[in-house]
Amino acid sequence: MSKQYELNKELAQMLKGGVIMDVTTPEQAKIAEAAGACAVMALERIPADIRAAGGVSRMSDPEMIRGIQEAVSIPVMAKCRIGHFVEAQLLEAIEIDYIDESEVLSPADDVYHIDKTKFRVPFVCGAKDLGEALRRINEGASMIRTKGEPGTGDVVQAVRHMRMMNSAIAKISAMREDELFNEAKVLEVPYELVKYVHEQKRLPVVNFAAGGVATPADAALMMQLGAEGVFVGSGIFKSGNPEKRANAIVKAVTNFEDAAMIADLSRNLGEAMVGINEDEIELLMAERGK
Amino acid sequence: MKIAVLALQGAFLEHEKMLRNLGAEVVELRKKEDLEQDFDGLVLPGGESTVQGKLLEELAMFDILQQKIRQGLPVLATCAGLILLAEELSNDDKRYFRTLPVTVRRNAYGRQLGSFFYQGEIAGIGSFPMEFIRAPYIESVKDGVSVLAEVEERIVAVQYKNQIGLSFHPEVTGDCRIHEYFLKTIKKE
Repeated sequence: MSKQYELNKELAQMLKGGVIMDVTTPEQAKIAEAAGACAVMALERIPADIRAAGGVSRMSDPEMIRGIQEAVSIPVMAKCRIGHFVEAQLLEAIEIDYIDESEVLSPADDVYHIDKTKFRVPFVCGAKDLGEALRRINEGASMIRTKGEPGTGDVVQAVRHMRMMNSAIAKISAMREDELFNEAKVLEVPYELVKYVHEQKRLPVVNFAAGGVATPADAALMMQLGAEGVFVGSGIFKSGNPEKRANAIVKAVTNFEDAAMIADLSRNLGEAMVGINEDEIELLMAERGK
Repeated sequence: MKIAVLALQGAFLEHEKMLRNLGAEVVELRKKEDLEQDFDGLVLPGGESTVQGKLLEELAMFDILQQKIRQGLPVLATCAGLILLAEELSNDDKRYFRTLPVTVRRNAYGRQLGSFFYQGEIAGIGSFPMEFIRAPYIESVKDGVSVLAEVEERIVAVQYKNQIGLSFHPEVTGDCRIHEYFLKTIKKE
């Protein structure tokens, strides 16, 4: 394992217990930082707007990303399309802190993900279940997030993905050692990764929740389900009072087991993002890239 | 011996695990009420100093902890923790506890591509694996501060009275000698 990969996994460790917020302008980035974001995701359109606009969604303009890099001192992440290794090369060239090879953008390759071991810059990838997570890690991802369903404000899929991952980890932890070989075959991942999960009872990298988190209670729900931190995309800047909501979500993640505090934080937050129910959407982004 | 770990954001679990392995009792500090108990030492973990500093203030923990550190509570601070302790930051308008008389540069090695590993000497400990992750370094120290380690002529570890400040992350390596050293300094008192 390369030293850079170790350092990249460790950067994810430093983000734990934090909230990573989607921002589209330097002004939003500053609001996010002041509200306590531990990193920002720079993108031209937040998932809810990508969903509304339709069409092909691509990597953001490097100039727009540079503006955000200059606006804040916390790590800046940006998205490239699944399989689009040249977009990833560009993001590495502009010294992004983390690349999200993301199903939110239109996939550039319907078979292959990026060989992330070829990069020095770290990658985070979405996963619905343990198999996807371990396949992405095998390709070099140094951080995992649930896919959830981006841009919906509906937390149901993030919950489903986190539960699927946890129950698969629990199952592997309880297996006899001689059963791990077959499990590797079933999950389509190398035996070593399955063995790691069996021994450590966790993923080999940090695992955040993402996709549909809209309230402090949503964020705390994901933390109580075992997420190590939370991505909030459309949930903040599509709401009535982004600053207040962002502040509240950050504190809810730190004190995710303190119901009285989260109840207080949830008072008078203004309108949450409107949201779309999972049954009402035609495009399931989580089905991209398995 | 009871060690409190600031658990607002960042890599606090790694410190907790290491301290427990060394036989210490560990408590987490997440809100004001957690500060009502007694503890013998404090760990300020890595993470984002902007987030930790803001939460310390807004959760009304800042003044109490600052006073405890001023009164001599032993502290081990790594990376973001070092920034919280620093008297001065050379490239940021914010200041936090200001109990450690040094000037620190934030994100001094640049973005994540500037993160690096170095096997270097630490005074009193020996050769040590140092992980620098978007790390700060110490630009200058005032009288009374002992420099424990330098990497390429930059100061990366210091001790001043009750406070140990590090640019790097011993908690993510398997090497617990710095934590052991920290616990020993508490026992001596």
